[in-house]
Amino acid sequence: MNTNKLNLTLRIWRQKNANTPGKFVDYKVSVSPDSSFLEMLDDINNELESKNQDPIAFESDCREGICGTCGLVIQGHPHGPIPRIATCQLHMRNFKDGETIYVEPFRAKAFPIIKDLMVDRSAFDKIQQAGGYISINTGSAPDGNAIPIPKEVASEAMDAATCIGCGACVAACKNASAMLFVSAKVSQFALLPQGQSERYERVQRMVKVMDELGFGSCSNTYACEAECPKGISIKNIARMNRDYIVAKIAKEEVV
Amino acid sequence: MIKLDAKIPEGRIQDKWNNYKFNMKLVGPANKRKYEIIIVGSGLAGASAAASLGELGYNVKVITFHDSPRRAHSIAAQGGINAAKNYQNDGDSVYRLFYDTIKGGDFRAREANVYRLAEVSNNIIDQCVAQGVPFAREYGGLLDNRSFGGALVSRTFYAKGQTGQQLLLGAYSAMNRQIALGKVKVFNRREMLDLVVVDGAAKGVICRNLLTGEIEKYSAHAVILATGGYANVFFLSTNAMNCNATAIWRAHKKGAAFANPCYTQIHPTCLPVHGENQSKLTLMSESLRNDGRIWVSKIKGDMRDPNDIPEEERDYYLERKYPTYGNLAPRDISSRAAKEAFDDGRGAKGQEAVYLDFKDAINRLGENVIRERYGNLFEMYETITGENPYKTPMKIYPAPHYTMGGLWVDYNLMSTIPGLFVAGEANFSDHGANRLGASALMQGLADGYFVLPYTIGNYLAGDKPTYVKTDHEEFNKAAKEIEDMTNKLLSIKGKRTVDDIHKQLGRLMWNKVGMARNEKGLKEVINEIKELREEFWKNVNVVGDAKDVNQCLERAGRVADFLELGELMAVDALHRNESCGGHFREEYQTEEGEAKRDDENFAYVAAWEYKSVGDWELNKEPLVYENIQLATRSYK
Repeated sequence: MNTNKLNLTLRIWRQKNANTPGKFVDYKVSVSPDSSFLEMLDDINNELESKNQDPIAFESDCREGICGTCGLVIQGHPHGPIPRIATCQLHMRNFKDGETIYVEPFRAKAFPIIKDLMVDRSAFDKIQQAGGYISINTGSAPDGNAIPIPKEVASEAMDAATCIGCGACVAACKNASAMLFVSAKVSQFALLPQGQSERYERVQRMVKVMDELGFGSCSNTYACEAECPKGISIKNIARMNRDYIVAKIAKEEVV
Repeated sequence: MIKLDAKIPEGRIQDKWNNYKFNMKLVGPANKRKYEIIIVGSGLAGASAAASLGELGYNVKVITFHDSPRRAHSIAAQGGINAAKNYQNDGDSVYRLFYDTIKGGDFRAREANVYRLAEVSNNIIDQCVAQGVPFAREYGGLLDNRSFGGALVSRTFYAKGQTGQQLLLGAYSAMNRQIALGKVKVFNRREMLDLVVVDGAAKGVICRNLLTGEIEKYSAHAVILATGGYANVFFLSTNAMNCNATAIWRAHKKGAAFANPCYTQIHPTCLPVHGENQSKLTLMSESLRNDGRIWVSKIKGDMRDPNDIPEEERDYYLERKYPTYGNLAPRDISSRAAKEAFDDGRGAKGQEAVYLDFKDAINRLGENVIRERYGNLFEMYETITGENPYKTPMKIYPAPHYTMGGLWVDYNLMSTIPGLFVAGEANFSDHGANRLGASALMQGLADGYFVLPYTIGNYLAGDKPTYVKTDHEEFNKAAKEIEDMTNKLLSIKGKRTVDDIHKQLGRLMWNKVGMARNEKGLKEVINEIKELREEFWKNVNVVGDAKDVNQCLERAGRVADFLELGELMAVDALHRNESCGGHFREEYQTEEGEAKRDDENFAYVAAWEYKSVGDWELNKEPLVYENIQLATRSYK
């Protein structure tokens, strides 16, 4: 346990709602290096509440980096400056005494701000509803071992399926593209034998809805991969593009 | 008094579920679309039920406080899901899974429910594989297994240390398909604040829209609560920040009996507390106990670095006390053993912690194998603590994790309120006094995929419930009460923050209704909780507006309920004059410090009926064991 506290200035984005302009507000804190970033925000909120002031609205849930609820842009990076972790896993020992830290919401046209650091990411659900599934009813499945799946294939599908749907890829992209998110789901099913029947319809449906929801195009800067807390590979984007082209050329267009 | 009829079907245990399915009433395909069903919660139980009921043709409304159904806390389950596939040829069977679960639950679960759970466990694996859940595979391409506590067979299926995530995303995707087909509609960012009961039957719910603050009314022919457990009553637990008991608690206050509230699971392998502002405790999966060895120093007050403590001065206390199961002893037993070591002054470097050591496994298998098995867990550990577990043993300590208690349900998973069904962790049904590892995912999905789709149909076809519109006076009355409560909370304007009071409640619960309980402490804590509750309603400060995003108000409502539920947990723990599973009363232990059950007087489910705040009536459902002989649980 570390007893030396860090003295920091937090410059946090406050915005009443989507229709009101926001601004940065400074908060001075003294915090233990063992504290997590969000525990520090909890402390600030507790203090604001005891002064009858509106606490900073931000979202988090599991605080273990798996639910994808949290997501702040810290020092210009979605989920902060340390790679491969979600905001909730960021600890204050990664900051220096005296530092000024900028805290902002994820910014993208398709993720409108709700309040302060809260954004609306329901566009992701809409993309998944467009085809992010294998059509099988409960009760009609064959034995789990009926189709052997090579270990490498299962592992690669698992790596794609690791996506937590947080939206950091969109926030990191200068075009606010959702290609990494969508390609992760498309890839998971494209790799597995169970996903083959709907493979080409799926990719067309999901891409179509993605485009309709106002996400930008991919221009191969790889910022998404660099900021992804789960290390989702841009190989998935290549796979999705390949499937999309095959679908458009070789298969009849279905959507 | 409530009449507790478990409605267990006739026949041999192996035939009960089949007999039920044959004798149940069916809703014709064309009639299913005339029925509306509300599901509150979108975790494994809720999402799987929504998908399956949608597939059958019912109209389903799913209510969740999350921004997306995929964020429900099932997502954080790490280790795995049990099934009696016997793919390993190591002697597993439906009967063995049934037996292990009853024994693991310290003979306090209902036989018929548990047998059904074991029976459908295999279908769950098949279903999830077909959905594209990327379970771990062996080199031959077949499904891999590992072992969990309380079992001597390898029956746990897993997807890295993210099994809950993958299973939930499977159920979420199945539900998404039904959303696209128009059979399921999701109402996100809504918190259920009351159950509407008309003429004794559940007809709908009242919610607060968390974005606008509007109080909204939803009606249906049946309501399913799949809202998880209540371990956040301890403030610090492995549950997510927003996990709460409000949905089941408000239903309890509307007449649903609450069963075995004192059965709480303290998970042995969590990260120790680091400081006062800590917001939650992080679980390290039980699967680590496949290869990690748990130990403390043999010497009291030993402040040496763990790597400096020689082999002969280490006490591998689980291996010593339970040579057959060793580090895979069940959770309740492992947790108490850790507490015993700490109480004996032998905690890791004097802290409330013990060591979980991988040195032997790394020497035996190589670092790469360990990395492949547990890589993400080791990374998680290092991120949080700043220590490298490949080099230095992990420090772990028990923490509140899961609640076996919950709303009482019969074999249909229906509560004591007709039309109100309860699934997953929110009900009490399958785990008795202690849940085995990798059984929560199994139960959530069993309830949602394979039980509710049958039992809901039986209710709709049998009882023919009417549909009550939301302009009915009961809806208006319930909505008014919720508005009044909101206004009351906002008007107190006291001195203490919501979290401050919640933390105090958590400390009371942990100290006196935690890993070890006794009569004196429980009597004290009941009064202390009452006092704290009074203070809350006089001195809490809830800031912000009713008609806006207001996270402070959300938390305040949940803490108000925890302040009532916490008392009931203590009342239940005080009345149960025995030790069983997660409920350990210091007065009732063997000479070796093991839990001492009293089957003569306590082989029953305690179902508490709400009378008024702080006043309950006890109802008992006797537990009849026709297949398994009650025995002292031994893992030696």
